[in-house]
Amino acid sequence: MQKLMNIFIVVMALFLSSSLANAVPDLEVNTPAISAIKNSMQARHNQLAPHYASGAIGLTKDGLIAVRDTTAVPLKDRQGINALVAAENADRNALYKEIAAGNGHPEWRGDIQGTFAGRWIDKAQSGWYYQSDSGWQKK
Amino acid sequence: MKSNLTKSISLLAVIAGLSACVTINIYFPAAAAEKAADKIIDDVWQLKDDAQTTKPADAPATK
Repeated sequence: MQKLMNIFIVVMALFLSSSLANAVPDLEVNTPAISAIKNSMQARHNQLAPHYASGAIGLTKDGLIAVRDTTAVPLKDRQGINALVAAENADRNALYKEIAAGNGHPEWRGDIQGTFAGRWIDKAQSGWYYQSDSGWQKK
Repeated sequence: MKSNLTKSISLLAVIAGLSACVTINIYFPAAAAEKAADKIIDDVWQLKDDAQTTKPADAPATK
């Protein structure tokens, strides 16, 4: 019985220390997949930035971007904007998925996307548009 | 002796089962996620170093 108690104590100690170690994790964001997506988004940002500034594209409340108002955009460029937005959103969705998967918790994807949604908007430059519950707002 | 062994094995099994439950239900680390998001957004939007590092390629080096 004494031996059994000893085993129990050792196992509980191991279990507790491992759950404590899990309690404050730093998210891993340096996997090759995440870096590749980041680089692609960084390269695209130069093309997107003028459209954020003009209000043609806005930040959505779910961490993506959307075409908002293309009246300021010349007709010939409108198709290009749609393609840019689609490519950016594909990268963003992949990014959220990869961060969740890269940290061993694919089910965190939605939470990660929600976290990013708030941070993109917080860090947006003034004059850019973002989506709130009541519609598009100018920052 | 044998029943002791059986007991400890079943105890281990119960503990392993419990810890598996806890691992699956681990909470979402919101603070860590915000930190990670900030880091990535700073990189993508180049918010941290776009003030002065605009490629000083042909600027003469200070002597």
